[in-house]
Amino acid sequence: MAAIESASSAGAHPALDRAARRQRLVTAWLLLGLAVFIAVVFGTGVTGSATFRLTLPRDAVPLPNLVVPAAPFIYVVAGILAFFGVRQFLRGGARWSSLFLGIGLLLAVAAFLVWAADGKSFSLTGMLESTVVRAVPIALGGLAGVLSERVAVVNIGIEGMLLAGAFTGAVVGSLAGGVIGIAGAMLVGGLFGFILGALVITYRVDQIIAGVAINLFVLGMTSYLSSQVLTEYRELNNAPVFRAWAIPFLSDIPVLGPVLFRQNLFVYGAVIMVIIATYYLFHTRAGLRARAVGEHPEAADTLGINVYRVRYINVTIAGMVAGFGGAWFTLGSVGRFDEGMTGGRGFIGLAAMIFGRWHPVGALMAALVFGFADSLQQKLAILQTPIPSEFLAMAPYIATIILVAGLIGRARAPAADGKPYIKE
Amino acid sequence: MDIELRGITKRFGSVVANSDVNLTIRAGEILGLLGENGAGKSTLMNVLSGLYRPDEGQILIDGKPVNFRGAGDAIRAGIGMVHQHFMLVPVFTVAENVVLGVEPVKALDRLDMKTARAQVRAISTEHGLEVDPDAIIEEIPVGLQQRVEIIKVLFRSANAIIFDEPTAVLTPQEVIEFFGIIKSLREAGKALVFITHKLGEVLEVADRISVLRAGKIVGEGDPRTATSADLAEMMVGRPVRFAVERRTSPPGGPLLEVKNFTVLNERDEIAVAGIDFTVREGEVVGIAGVQGNGQTELVEALTGLRPTAAGTLTFAGEDITQASTRERHRKLIAHIPEDRQRSGLITDFSVAENSVLDSYYAPPFSAGISMRWPEVYRESAKIVEDFDVRTASIHTHAGNLSGGNQQKLVVGREMSRDTKLLIAAQPTRGIDVGSIEYIHERIVKARDEGDGILIVSTELDEVMSLSDRILVMYRGRIVAEFDGATATVKDVGLAMAGMKA
Repeated sequence: MAAIESASSAGAHPALDRAARRQRLVTAWLLLGLAVFIAVVFGTGVTGSATFRLTLPRDAVPLPNLVVPAAPFIYVVAGILAFFGVRQFLRGGARWSSLFLGIGLLLAVAAFLVWAADGKSFSLTGMLESTVVRAVPIALGGLAGVLSERVAVVNIGIEGMLLAGAFTGAVVGSLAGGVIGIAGAMLVGGLFGFILGALVITYRVDQIIAGVAINLFVLGMTSYLSSQVLTEYRELNNAPVFRAWAIPFLSDIPVLGPVLFRQNLFVYGAVIMVIIATYYLFHTRAGLRARAVGEHPEAADTLGINVYRVRYINVTIAGMVAGFGGAWFTLGSVGRFDEGMTGGRGFIGLAAMIFGRWHPVGALMAALVFGFADSLQQKLAILQTPIPSEFLAMAPYIATIILVAGLIGRARAPAADGKPYIKE
Repeated sequence: MDIELRGITKRFGSVVANSDVNLTIRAGEILGLLGENGAGKSTLMNVLSGLYRPDEGQILIDGKPVNFRGAGDAIRAGIGMVHQHFMLVPVFTVAENVVLGVEPVKALDRLDMKTARAQVRAISTEHGLEVDPDAIIEEIPVGLQQRVEIIKVLFRSANAIIFDEPTAVLTPQEVIEFFGIIKSLREAGKALVFITHKLGEVLEVADRISVLRAGKIVGEGDPRTATSADLAEMMVGRPVRFAVERRTSPPGGPLLEVKNFTVLNERDEIAVAGIDFTVREGEVVGIAGVQGNGQTELVEALTGLRPTAAGTLTFAGEDITQASTRERHRKLIAHIPEDRQRSGLITDFSVAENSVLDSYYAPPFSAGISMRWPEVYRESAKIVEDFDVRTASIHTHAGNLSGGNQQKLVVGREMSRDTKLLIAAQPTRGIDVGSIEYIHERIVKARDEGDGILIVSTELDEVMSLSDRILVMYRGRIVAEFDGATATVKDVGLAMAGMKA
């Protein structure tokens, strides 16, 4: 392998150039296409300015509104994108093309926002705040995915674990209060993690099928209990909600304060879990062993590491993380359980895990991008843009996929991911 | 440390892998354990290293019986194993791989990589095993990876070290280095086991030789007096002929012409960098080289499995650069792929189905959309008969055959029809001496019938004994060419390592 790489690094070979050139041209056309699209679709039809509010009503330090003249801004963005595109054609710099693509896409999103908010007033800080909130279940789902896939167990069942956590959080929270509700949600999430472990590690059920089975079981079970029991005994579905807790001083920072430091327990919890998971995976003995089990279980086994035990522990912890993420839907948000209320966040979490390259911090960042898309969709509905908001909501997702594919490139899963380990 | 294996029997279902094996390993001595693939060598050593538990028999260390419940127990008892397929995590660093399982830690379970690096360096210098502790495993050459494996077992204070086919993946130069290492370990008083099927190597370094056949110890040899022929007969159970008859008539006209041929790998990197060569009728051309120097990509591009990035391919005067795999096959090019289980056979299909994988779509094996099974069975029975495929029936799953018989089935399918060119990648990898002998005979026969033959193999012995011309591939290029009759192992080996001969 080393030999091949050094042969290719020799550089100026026509065949290698062809591959690089292809990528360069795709990027160039993409940027030019965006420039034209923005100029034609967004540029025409805007008349006034977009007003972005940077301050929320309760803020300590009020900032003036950011007023952007819509048409000039959009044309400048289109111009910059066109410049980037032409630059790709001329100079080529394949090394920087992903960076320019990334900047280009960010500008495109900004132009989109300006167009949508043209002649209206739009709370930027509010959107960012809800971005963070909406990223929480996705980040925790992604983190659960990272923890289990790092030991080579594919966890499609995260959606079900989130849902189980949401349900348990609502019921236990109603009976015994929020903190016990969270503990119950984590316990049930961990239980489902352990069940997944038993199915795929000990009984070697296909990992995808086992995960799907968990999803369907939890969906059916919670829907049944919700419609049969919770509608009858409404006091079981009336949980307390964790309110935002402002961190002194930090929460007074303009814009950043309300976005990052005036949130509820789940936001802080997600960040702390990501930090702990990063430390665990990459700086501890247990983490080194877990990663070895995910990459090369035979090697770990020959060194006396118990592959099965490591997998059980990690998958169970992953289930607990997902259970905590599930509790966000009820205890961190609306205080009551509704059927199927996780709405595919577990699957988006898995996407965040892949885009985040199986790294806890990466998964968190990817979750923020998805949270941004989610939040944008919600705010656009209020702005009443000419396009149906459902259709608009697709744009950020498409942009995300392009951005991630272009910026990060092909991610590499743990080598043994999805493969059962058969000893003897 | 002395180790005694007493009456070891290990069964997998109804298959007896080891039957009543007795073996002694002594400190300061190299025991050569010879046997064909499937003779039960690896199973025996996995029993010794605690990965398998024997069904019967005992292991005694310095006279005391021990009972290993897992690899950890054997490691603690001072037994280390260097596996044939390295047990290294490719994305980890050298130091991480060495300390895995016995990591130095600080408070909060925090890895102490500084100490780990220092420990690795200490062992490196003590035993003369130079390696950078921070190098990533997948980025260093195979010879260095093996060093890491050795450091790994030394790090666990192993007094007995088992080497399972340690030279299989090494270049001839690396083999010489390896012999130096194993001899210095012997001087240090370690008990060593050297498992191999290569007779010359075991005669060169072993102090004692035990031969394993069909799970039993069938003989012992003294390397000072035993000859290759004796040992081979013991291994196979019958006399073996090594030499291959060389071509007597001059080769004919050019058959396959490869010009400025460039192929990319999966990551769009250049794997084959603009090479030129010709295979003529009635000629065996061998491509030698250490694994991973572009041979796989070259063969895949020649057979149409991978696109050609640049250059031309001419077969019998016709440009086939853009021809599909099936078109090439129909032009009578046969292909023995390097991995029989991945691309040679469908292991869940029967022998009969596998016999017509290349020609099922055409008469006589099919008519319209329906298969004509009687014809398929007739053809399959013929291949099984002609190519000595040992199978219970033609309806047995191909996956249930032994490696050698799987390979003979592939070779039979490819060579049973009238061919003009045979492209054989690793035609005898991992199969027994008897099957190797047979496959080599068929290749020579095809050559004598006027076929052009291209052999791509990492087994230098194979390339040397079969080829009329030897090309050496290194980093995607042909770096040397030798006449098969006059080439020496040393020269070819140097070229394989990228040094000018």
